[in-house]
Amino acid sequence: MAFDKMELNEIEVWDGNFAAAQALRQVQVDVVSAYPITPSTPIVEGYAKFLADGYVEGEFMMVESEHAAMSGCIGASAAGGRVATATSSQGFALMVETLYQASGMRLPIILNVVNRALAAPLNVNGDHSDMYLGRDSGWIQFDSYNPQQAYDLNFIAFKVAEDHEVRLPAMVHQDGFMTSHTAQGVKTLSDDEAYGFVGEFKPMNDMLDLENPVTHGVQTEEDWHFEHKARQHHDLMTKVFPKIEEAFDAFEKLTGRKYNIVEEYMTDDAEVAVVALGTSVETAVEVAKEMREQEGIKAGVIGIRVFRPWPFEYIAEAIKGIKALGALDRSSPNGAMGALYNELAGILVNSDEKAVLTNYIYGLGGRDLTKAHLKEIFKELKANADAGKPTTELQQFIGVRGPKLAYL
Amino acid sequence: MSEMKKIKNLKEFSTSADRFEGANLLCPGCAHSIIVREVLNATNDDLILSASTGCLEVCTAVYPYTSWDASWIHIGFENGSTAVAGAEAMHKALKRKGRLKQPDKEPKFVSFAGDGASYDIGFQWISGCMERGHNMMHVVLDNEVYANTGGQRSSATPIGASATTSPAGRVSYGEKKNKKDMVAIMAAHGIPYSAQVAPNKWKDMVKKIQHGLEVEGPVFINAMSPCTTEWKFDPKDTMMISDLATDSLVFPLYEIIDGHKLNITYRPKNVIPVEEYLAAQGRFKHLFKDEYKHLIKEWQERVDKNWEMLQRREEAGV
Repeated sequence: MAFDKMELNEIEVWDGNFAAAQALRQVQVDVVSAYPITPSTPIVEGYAKFLADGYVEGEFMMVESEHAAMSGCIGASAAGGRVATATSSQGFALMVETLYQASGMRLPIILNVVNRALAAPLNVNGDHSDMYLGRDSGWIQFDSYNPQQAYDLNFIAFKVAEDHEVRLPAMVHQDGFMTSHTAQGVKTLSDDEAYGFVGEFKPMNDMLDLENPVTHGVQTEEDWHFEHKARQHHDLMTKVFPKIEEAFDAFEKLTGRKYNIVEEYMTDDAEVAVVALGTSVETAVEVAKEMREQEGIKAGVIGIRVFRPWPFEYIAEAIKGIKALGALDRSSPNGAMGALYNELAGILVNSDEKAVLTNYIYGLGGRDLTKAHLKEIFKELKANADAGKPTTELQQFIGVRGPKLAYL
Repeated sequence: MSEMKKIKNLKEFSTSADRFEGANLLCPGCAHSIIVREVLNATNDDLILSASTGCLEVCTAVYPYTSWDASWIHIGFENGSTAVAGAEAMHKALKRKGRLKQPDKEPKFVSFAGDGASYDIGFQWISGCMERGHNMMHVVLDNEVYANTGGQRSSATPIGASATTSPAGRVSYGEKKNKKDMVAIMAAHGIPYSAQVAPNKWKDMVKKIQHGLEVEGPVFINAMSPCTTEWKFDPKDTMMISDLATDSLVFPLYEIIDGHKLNITYRPKNVIPVEEYLAAQGRFKHLFKDEYKHLIKEWQERVDKNWEMLQRREEAGV
C-alpha cells in the first residue's frame, strides 16, 4: 500500500465535516466522485487533501454536478470498490434521480448528507428538508446528532451497506453548520482499528471482473419490476436492522460507544416525550432533565438514529407508557402533517398505547430551537397527558415571526 | 499496449466472435446494432460498456435477458458517459492498489448514447467526461431524432426534417434549426481524438475505433445511424441510405487529432446531389413540394460550404 498512516490523538477537536472526511480516509475509500455545495464541501475537500498528502489511496473525480457525482459513484461502485461522496440541499435534490438508481441497482455507496434547507427562498443553513426528500429512495439513513456520531456512523454505514446480505446504499446525516461546522472533541479510532472494523471491500457482480461479465441497470416492465422493488423493500424491512444491531454491538466492543436504532433518553418512566432528529435531540435531552428537576414533569426524549428503514417496532417499544408525544419536524410539511407525526401516528393507530400525539414544526432554514421553546412544548405535552386529549392545535409552528401559526 | 486486431475482409469481420448478440429487440434495419457490432468487433480488448437510456438500452437488456457479453451498465438518460468514467476511475484506483482480479488485462471503457442522450440531455455529462481526461470513448448513435420516444426533434435533427414535435404541416416545413456541430464542440475540449463514422464505411470505422481505443484520454465518436422508423425508409435500405449520406457529403467522414488537426478520411469518387439523399427518406418528403424546393437548394449550398470548410481545415494542417 502506497500511503502513510496518520497518527491521531485519542481525542481530536474536529467538526462534523472533518470527522466524516477522516472516516472516509480511514476506510480507504477507492473512489470519491463529488461536487461542492455548502455546507458539505469540506468532507470531499478533506478526502482530496488526504489524497494529495498521501494519506489515502484512491481516485477523486471532481465532476460537473451532483447528478454526475452520484452517476460517477454508481459507475465506480458497479465496477467493484468502496465508494463515497457528500452533498447537501439543492445538490441532494439534483441527485434524487440517481439515488433511486443506486439503491435499485443494490450498490453500497455511502453518501454523507449535511442537512440543509431547500430553496426557494435560498438558504444555506440546516434543516431536514433534504433528509426527508430522500426517505423513499431506498437508502438506509443514519442520523447523527454531533461530530462524534458523524464520525462513528460512517464506519457503521460502510459495514452494513457493504454486507453482501444487504447491498444497499446508506446516507449518514448530520445537521448543516450545527454539526458540520461545530468543532467538538471526537474520540478517534486508530487507522488500523477503523479499517479493521469495516474490513476489506468484497466485490460482488463487479464489472471489472473481466472473466465474468455482468449487465447492470436493466429494463423491467410489468412482468418483473414489482418483484425487484418488493425484494428491495423486503430486504430493508427484514435484513437491515439485524445487521445494524450487529454492527452497533461490534462497534461498542471496539470503542465502548453504544448506539441504538432508536435512542431513548429517560423514557422508562416518562409521561411525556418528544421525538426528534439531529442536533435537537441533544437540546431536548438537556431540557427534559430540567423539566424533571424544575417542573416535576416526567419528560423523556426519543431520538431517531435510523430514519430508514423506519424503526416501527423499536419505536412502538420506546413509547410504551408515554401519555403524550410531540413529533418535532424540521422540514416544511407543505400542506400536510410533518413526516415524523405521520409515521408515529402509523405506529399508534393499531397500538394499545394511547398517547396523545401533536406536531411541532421548527427550525426551518437554520432557525434556532431554544430551550425556552422546548420547555413550552413539554408543558403543553404535560397538559395533553393530563387531559387525555390534545389541548392545543395538532400542528404548531415554533419560533416563526408574526401571529401564531397552528392548524387542525 | 494491446494487440491490434487484424481484419482482412467484411466476411471475417461480420463473423467475429460476438460480444453483442443478434438476439435483441432493435427494429429490423436499425443501424444501431450494426454500429455496435462494428465497434466491438474492431478490438480484442476487454470492454467495460455503458448505454444511456434509449433504443439501444431498452432493446438489449430486458430482464432476465441481456444481449451483452461484456460488462455493461445503464443508469439513466443523461449519465451513461459518467457511469463509464466512474468505472474507469475505479479501475485506476484498484490497479494502483493491486486489487484487480485480472491485473494483466487493460480493459477499454466505451459509452454508447443516442443523439438525444448526447447532444441534449447528456451534453453536460459528456463534456465533463471529456474535460476531465478519462481514458474512455463516447460513441453517439446519431439517428438525428428521439427515436425511442417516437420521433421528437433533438438538437441533432437537421433542418427541414419532419419530427413529431416539429412536424411538417400546412404552413411548416418541419425542423427550423440546423444540426448542432457536436464533433467540433467535443474537439474544442482539446481531446486527443474525435471523429465521425458511418456504418457503411466499416474499414474507416474500424481504423478510427482502433485508433480511439489506443490513444490515452477521452475520445468522441459520432456515428451516423440511419433510422428506418423515423427517417422513413425500407428496412432493407439502411446501407443504401448510409451510402447516400456519405457520398452526398451530408455526413462527411473525418477525424480531429488533439482538438485541432483535421483529416478527411473518405472522399467519394462521385459526389451525389443532396437531393437524392433527401428524396430517399420520408422525413424530407414535404421538401419536394413547390413552395419548399428552395430549401433543397439551401441544403446543397450548406453541404458544399461545410465540405469546403473541412477541406480548408485539412489543408491548413494546424
